[in-house]
Amino acid sequence: MTIGIEHFLLVSAALFCIGLWVALSKRNAITVLMGIELMLNAVNVALIAFSRFGVSATPITGHVFVLFVITVAAAEASVALAMAVSIYRQRATIDVEELATLRN
Amino acid sequence: MSGAGVVVAFWVFAALSIGAALYIVAARNLVHAVLALILSFVGVAGLFITLSADFVAVAQVLVYAGAIGVLTIFAIMLTPRAGRENANSPLFWPATVLAVLLFGVIAIAALATAWPVQGRAGFDTTAAAIGAAILGRYALPFEVVSVVLLAALIGAIVLVRTDPPTPGASGQGELSDA
Repeated sequence: MTIGIEHFLLVSAALFCIGLWVALSKRNAITVLMGIELMLNAVNVALIAFSRFGVSATPITGHVFVLFVITVAAAEASVALAMAVSIYRQRATIDVEELATLRN
Repeated sequence: MSGAGVVVAFWVFAALSIGAALYIVAARNLVHAVLALILSFVGVAGLFITLSADFVAVAQVLVYAGAIGVLTIFAIMLTPRAGRENANSPLFWPATVLAVLLFGVIAIAALATAWPVQGRAGFDTTAAAIGAAILGRYALPFEVVSVVLLAALIGAIVLVRTDPPTPGASGQGELSDA
């Protein structure tokens, strides 16, 4: 059998939806961040697949884009985890259901 | 891509990444969930290699599986009383329905679309071409993203910094050692 672009797009869609599921269905803020990382990873798979199979004069652009996504994801993860640790020091919890100060 | 090795590698790495990602939802211990996340990152790196993206695969292992995995474990260890049982929020079932529906929509769209496919071979090596592109056409985004990284670095340090207690000083609101 032949592995085509549809296979990689289906894997990417599955990873993205699992990431969305994790991000929406878990209470711990760190797990929510893990879901967001999964979603970014899924997008990277789709970008590399289009770079490999798609019609383009400069297919390496997809790789460059993925490297930028990885870099920004690293920055996002470091700041967000630092925020989680900082919130934990203030409130002794990082449960997203309890961090609802603005709601009341 | 129709070689037997590539086909087997695709299915193995796809099953690894998706299965490990599913275990994040099912895991009862948060540390196990992080280990499954790292395993999923490694699976995605394998998918990159089957797409002949060698440099991106190495960056994926270094940055995601290495740095972000360790950072997440650090954050969990630094929040010891925050609950390790990986509890579900009240949105669990709505989120499940939403994720399944979204996957269905994306899958139908991906399968129904006639993607314009170029029948070329994979890249021989990508590092040289990526380097030329980053320092040539994409030099400005490259510099901007370096500033973003520096800002994130400083921001993370400032956020988790604790002021050291100063002996003998009782004043409030003044910087202790600056």
